[in-house]
Amino acid sequence: MEHRVYLDNSATTPVRPEVVEAIMPFLTEFGGNPSSRHKDGRIVKTAVENARQQVADAINADAREIFFNSCASEGNNTVLRGYTLGLGKNTDKKHIIITSVEHPSVLNTANALEKEGFEVTYLPVDSLGRLSLDDLRAAIRPTTGLISTMMVNNEIGNIYPVEDISKIAHEHNILHHVDAVQAVGKIPVDVKKIGCDFLTISAHKFYGLKGSGALFVKRGRVLKPLLTGGHQEMTRRPGTENVVGIVGMGKAIELAVRELPTEMKRISELRDRLESRILAEIPFTRVVGDPSNRVPTLTNISFRFIEGEGILLKLDLSGISVSTGSACSSSNLQASHVIMALNGDPEEAHSSIRFSLGKSANLEDIDYTVEVMKQTAEQLRSFSPVYDEFLAKQKN
Amino acid sequence: MINYTEKVMEHFMHPRNVGKIDNANAVAEVGNAQCGDIIKIFLRINPDGIIEDISFQTFGCGAAIATSSMTTEMVKGMNIEDALKVTREQVADELGGLPASKMHCSNLAAEALHKAINEYKVKYNMI
Repeated sequence: MEHRVYLDNSATTPVRPEVVEAIMPFLTEFGGNPSSRHKDGRIVKTAVENARQQVADAINADAREIFFNSCASEGNNTVLRGYTLGLGKNTDKKHIIITSVEHPSVLNTANALEKEGFEVTYLPVDSLGRLSLDDLRAAIRPTTGLISTMMVNNEIGNIYPVEDISKIAHEHNILHHVDAVQAVGKIPVDVKKIGCDFLTISAHKFYGLKGSGALFVKRGRVLKPLLTGGHQEMTRRPGTENVVGIVGMGKAIELAVRELPTEMKRISELRDRLESRILAEIPFTRVVGDPSNRVPTLTNISFRFIEGEGILLKLDLSGISVSTGSACSSSNLQASHVIMALNGDPEEAHSSIRFSLGKSANLEDIDYTVEVMKQTAEQLRSFSPVYDEFLAKQKN
Repeated sequence: MINYTEKVMEHFMHPRNVGKIDNANAVAEVGNAQCGDIIKIFLRINPDGIIEDISFQTFGCGAAIATSSMTTEMVKGMNIEDALKVTREQVADELGGLPASKMHCSNLAAEALHKAINEYKVKYNMI
């Protein structure tokens, strides 16, 4: 295959070789069902429980607090839906608080619950994408039962104060769910330090397999399962385990957490170089999000006067993979709700490109990306009516 | 990623008739930043009603750029009455088709072309 510069690691990461190695025996040799009592089953059961311990250790949880599932969307749905289902009919805790920059799996689930009679507050963010804890305090009602907030935003990389949010939630006897999908492997995730009741993670964001996630449920907390069936995962998530995905996730999270300090130092230097070169060498560019408080792997940059899908296509043809907040590349033709929440400027959303670095990032590829980006911006601006208008106004 | 035809990609990579032309006597813009596509068409129409020259400026996605390029190529040298009959569907067909989601939001060049010609006709009392 041609050499690709993969800068879309917030979308997904490739499976790392150590994970492939760890899962191979469960593809070729050990084919039992972990629920079976015979040796074939027991071998696999041991591997699943070993992975559960690896995941628990990585986020400072107890293994009994880890429940494997299929993906982060399932994890997020399980919390929001499971919470509301568990309420039954006669409860006053019908108010949920989320942020306006949540992942669609939280946002759209909250939207759906609203239509079903629940009340939802969507906390706003400022122009840098920051949340206000005062807004959170003001949003709390006697009927608030659940607060769901992300730890790291997937589009702009902002880190949110989940510890403070948990503290505020618990002062009011409210449950707190953290969507930590974009945090694991990039910043430390410690459920005891955060203090949250629920936390969602997904393996394919840290070089594990797609279709494999986990939910942390603090001991003593109960969520009504979305599925009914067998006794797997203590009946909280029935269905035969995705053994390969689970074993892979255990290995992947162990390595991600172990390598975090050195790997994030390396990647943040490359990210900073990419960002500072683009800002310095391409006019009319700016960072979207909060540069003082974000993950080391990501920069979201808007390229004024040109549109994101055009940029994405040009980069793609030059062997570089990125993503955009532009409506034109999304299937629903809506501009990014995250960037719109920052300042409501559709042009900025349409012009934004997310570069998310990962293990494969190196200096040569970063410098190549800057060069391609320079040519791309120049070419697309050469026939942009918005740019032309801007230049005409400058002259007058 | 959106799947574009080879023809779309070819026009996107090498758009024809870009920029502004000298002595344009008909200009029109359609679209807005909200939806993410803005297309501006420049025409030079001679006294016989022939499109002598045409160019475009586009802020938009790959489909917006390719349809703009294709539209200008299709109508260059054409009589304005014939150019008014060129539809966005024909533009899409010439490009070997467009993804359904791109058919309306990004395929605006024919509309810009018609708007420019109609304004030209009003200006020169041709209606």
